[in-house]
Amino acid sequence: AAAPGSEPVLVAPGTVMDRFVWASGLLEINETLVIQQRGVRLYDGDDKTKFDLGTVLLSTHRLLWRDHKKHDCCIALPLSQIIFFEEQAAGIGKSAKIVVHLQPVTLNKEPGPYQSSKYSYIKLSFKEHGQIEFYRRLSEELSQKRWERISVSQPMQSPSRSQDECFPSPANVWSDAVLKLYMEEKAFEDLSQLMKKAKEMVDLSKLIANKIKDKQGDISEDETIRFKSYLLSMGIANPVTRETHGSGTHYHLQLAKQLVEMLQVPVEEQGGMMALTEVYCLTNRARGMELLSPEDLVNACKMFEALNLPMRLRIFDSGVMVVQLQSHSEDEMIASAVETVSEKGFVSSEEYAKLVGISVLLAKERLLLAEKVGHLCRDDSVESLRFYPNLFLTQD
Amino acid sequence: MHRRGVGAGAIAKKKLAEAKYKERGTVMAEDQLVQMSKQLEMFKTHLEEFASKHKQEIRKSSEFRVQFQDMCATIGVDPLASGKGFWSEMLGVGDFYYELGVQIIEVCLALKHRNGGLITLDELHQRVLKGRGKFAQDVSQDDLIRAIKKLKSLGNGFSIIPMGGGYLVQSVPAELNMDHTVVLQIAEKNGYVTVSEIKSSLKWDAERTNQVLEHLLKEGLAWIDKQAPEEPQYWLPALFSDLYSQDVTPEEADASLL
Repeated sequence: AAAPGSEPVLVAPGTVMDRFVWASGLLEINETLVIQQRGVRLYDGDDKTKFDLGTVLLSTHRLLWRDHKKHDCCIALPLSQIIFFEEQAAGIGKSAKIVVHLQPVTLNKEPGPYQSSKYSYIKLSFKEHGQIEFYRRLSEELSQKRWERISVSQPMQSPSRSQDECFPSPANVWSDAVLKLYMEEKAFEDLSQLMKKAKEMVDLSKLIANKIKDKQGDISEDETIRFKSYLLSMGIANPVTRETHGSGTHYHLQLAKQLVEMLQVPVEEQGGMMALTEVYCLTNRARGMELLSPEDLVNACKMFEALNLPMRLRIFDSGVMVVQLQSHSEDEMIASAVETVSEKGFVSSEEYAKLVGISVLLAKERLLLAEKVGHLCRDDSVESLRFYPNLFLTQD
Repeated sequence: MHRRGVGAGAIAKKKLAEAKYKERGTVMAEDQLVQMSKQLEMFKTHLEEFASKHKQEIRKSSEFRVQFQDMCATIGVDPLASGKGFWSEMLGVGDFYYELGVQIIEVCLALKHRNGGLITLDELHQRVLKGRGKFAQDVSQDDLIRAIKKLKSLGNGFSIIPMGGGYLVQSVPAELNMDHTVVLQIAEKNGYVTVSEIKSSLKWDAERTNQVLEHLLKEGLAWIDKQAPEEPQYWLPALFSDLYSQDVTPEEADASLL
């Protein structure tokens, strides 16, 4: 095992977690598992640590904690280090905790996650409960002190023993987990730097938008389009809307044309109308990668009319959005709905959906449309919503 | 009639205006646009560098995604607004969430006839994870919520309703006001609710209670059990936990593709 201090120190100095050593998570021979509990977070004194969500394990000899997801991130503490422990009751928004008071660190301890400490206690926070039973078993073990009587085949005090037979060498386990934590810190730092630069872009775009609004300088249409594409790239909401272009950009223009090509046949097969959620799934499944965002899809569909494409985006009163073929005749659709309903006497959305072979959502919208123009009327009972031909219209 | 054109007169006028602004030391929007274009290129480079180091981290770690999203929100940037955005293109965040959106829609559609378009976030989470398979990367509830928020723009009535122990996800345009929501919250405990329960917990009169329950029945969100011992029970399929184990049948899956 490498000597402590020769590996990169990566976490905040001055934490009581220094009592912990990296462990493989495997029990040693003659060491028995007493109880384990999921959903536990570790605190260094009163401070949260990166050991955010894991399983705490109590054995006859040690207290261990293993990360839920990264199983090779496992740390352990000898029970002999525990002076005493106590409960901390749950509060509003706070899980119940067990506070474990520890002895000062020994000098020849093996490498662990923290190098030194300022607290003398740690806390186990039981986010998924289980603290009562854990407390009880911990009490038992600390009073029985079985570790004093039962020796294990892998003594913690002699690091020179070869451990390759039983589990991976501590140095490897340590480096992997250490590296992981180190990488996370670095990633967060880099992310913060990136965000600072992104903020500059946001501020600049606001300045420009304000000037456009105040008409300081004559921005041409081309420049407006360019500006919008910059906003799109950065993911900044467009504060300037002009009737002529809406929120569309060249990208959406191209997309609109692609969509019409792709959707022509499927939409026809469904009777000339398709819900936007379905279009979203269809398109993205077909693309496989470089998927469209929901907003991309909506913005592209909004351009159908301006581009004179044979499809339209339509929004029903209910808020449901569909893509509709331009050739799709509303009157024909309503007439066919009324005919079907008349044949059957009455029909529910589900029944109509089955008859015509479309989704219940669209079936309902069609029946509602026919009702809106007065050709159908409804009977809304608790059992179901039914549509009948409007006899007031047809009979004298 | 005076024709607004690009004749020499118009150009001269523009130059005069520009000069006036420059005198006052005001920077023109066009100049700033040029500046933005340059800065954008630089930013793109920074982002590429970041991506080369940390793209994996984002895909693998839901905690990192949360940090990333929160920071974006703080500075006023929506990394998921467009698949054409830098964030999506270079970090791959877009594909992750947009695909998740597809999976969410499919699960909701497949179960709609059972639960009326209302499902707990827990159940949705479980089913999405199942659908993704063993080797797909992990998806957290936070990820689902963000994906659902994006789906709202598709008009299908996606919304998230906070409940005592979690959230309900609505995927149909049925109108659910505060009265409906509070009844759902009462029903959360047992999966069903009765008229007496509502009257005693909320102190509502019979009319208000029946109106709310009828609406839930009509929208297919509740079923009524008239055979219940003391009084009819209104069951919310969305809140049954034993339905979790029932897989979607092939027939249901087919029906959902309509």
